[in-house]
Amino acid sequence: MNPVGVVTQVNGREIARSVPARMTLVEFLRDELGLTGTKVSCELQVCGVCTVLVDRKPVSSCAFLAVDIDGREVTTIEGVASDGKLHPIQQAFIDHFALQCGFCTPGFVMMAVALLEEVPQPTPEQVVSYLEGNICRCTGYRSILEAVLDAADRLERASP
Amino acid sequence: MDFVVATDLEEALDALGRGALPLAGGTDLMVGVNAGQRPDNVVALRRVRELRQRNGQRIGAGVTWRVIEDEGPRALAQAARTVGSPQIRNAGTLGGNVGTASPAGDGLPFLAAVDAEIELTSREGVRTLRWDEFFTGVKETARRTDELITAVVLPAALPGRQEFAKIGVRNAMVIATVACVVTRADDGTTTVALGSVAPTPIRIPEAEELAKTLSDPGSAALDEFQHLVAAGVRPITDHRSTEEYRRHGAGVLARRLLTRCLREGAA
Ligand SMILES: Cc1cc2nc3c(=O)[nH]c(=O)nc-3n(C[C@H](O)[C@H](O)[C@H](O)COP(=O)(O)OP(=O)(O)OC[C@H]3O[C@@H](n4cnc5c(N)ncnc54)[C@H](O)[C@@H]3O)c2cc1C
Repeated sequence: MNPVGVVTQVNGREIARSVPARMTLVEFLRDELGLTGTKVSCELQVCGVCTVLVDRKPVSSCAFLAVDIDGREVTTIEGVASDGKLHPIQQAFIDHFALQCGFCTPGFVMMAVALLEEVPQPTPEQVVSYLEGNICRCTGYRSILEAVLDAADRLERASP
Repeated sequence: MDFVVATDLEEALDALGRGALPLAGGTDLMVGVNAGQRPDNVVALRRVRELRQRNGQRIGAGVTWRVIEDEGPRALAQAARTVGSPQIRNAGTLGGNVGTASPAGDGLPFLAAVDAEIELTSREGVRTLRWDEFFTGVKETARRTDELITAVVLPAALPGRQEFAKIGVRNAMVIATVACVVTRADDGTTTVALGSVAPTPIRIPEAEELAKTLSDPGSAALDEFQHLVAAGVRPITDHRSTEEYRRHGAGVLARRLLTRCLREGAA
């Protein structure tokens, strides 16, 4: 079916592909690029596990067309750590036990990345409201909240 | 089956002329697609730059809730902040909200409150319909299938005070059981518009007339105002709420918003 040319950056890597018009972004990431860190669950845009950043803004990749990333940059969970070192947000999630089964974690981490870029020192209320579209079934919200707030402090201390 | 990715307005209109279904942010449409519905003919609009433009009182149909949150007129921005989640607001558009024409569309009460127009474009040309000509029923509009919603056009002068609020079963990610916008101009002209309480967004002229005569946020006549709003809506009972609750909520919400407008006026 009519493929469309897409030139994009995924986690900083230049990618040019011909993509079926109907393919979703998460299919493209997982099946074409092998980036399986992004999960799929509800396909209704209510659970948040498939969240990735498009031009640094979070979207549900299960409902976003792959062709629509043409000319834009995509960041997935695989693009968060750098130089073999976990991002402070990831480290804070570990330190605060902000995950149990871990299935929702990529989505929560991507949301935290987007939030802290926008609001470097959020209030607890701001964190809770920003994470309204992400569900954790192991009910780890309290520790997720603590991890995000702590990550904000770590990032602030780390920035010159 | 055909799936076109339009890069400009011309291509989009051509596809619509051939019967394609427009796909903007996909936050309504993709829910069905992921559930297995496969529309045979789709035109994706996200690459169409013309639809994302805003100038003056004209808001392109492809402008996202995220942009409206920051840059929209007060009550529309307030509504935007309550739509779905950040993910939904980065993808979902005002044009899609208007296109879906759900009774619970959070953008719609504002359009009714300020008498906005919907701009429709096809190969044949452009026409604009007032909101009450455009919304004709539950998820029904006067849009022809070959027409694209290209913009929402607001009046040149917007009322100085405007307030939006909605009621839902929880605080986050919630579809409104009642939504309301009250606006007030300096000369006392008041508009009261509601969503989720009738097949289309509605205005309550009797309540607007009464409100024009009020200026004191503590006025006893607010009881009558609340009553007129509750009497003027046409809600149904469904899986989200009951007719009685919606009627009551409509009155309470409109009164609260009018009070806010009057307080601001007094300050
Ligand atoms: C989890 C979730 C939560 C939500 N919460 C809310 C909420 O709180 N409040 C609310 O109001 N809505 C909510 N919605 C619904 C939806 O997000 C909004 O209605 C949104 O504005 C739709 O915009 P879109 O660009 O994604 O539309 P799409 O899904 O792309 O399209 C919606 C409809 O409009 C048509 N359409 C789109 N653009 C045009 C155009 N330019 N011309 C003609 N027709 C067009 C499409 O053919 C389709 O029928 C929610 C949806 C989800 C999945």
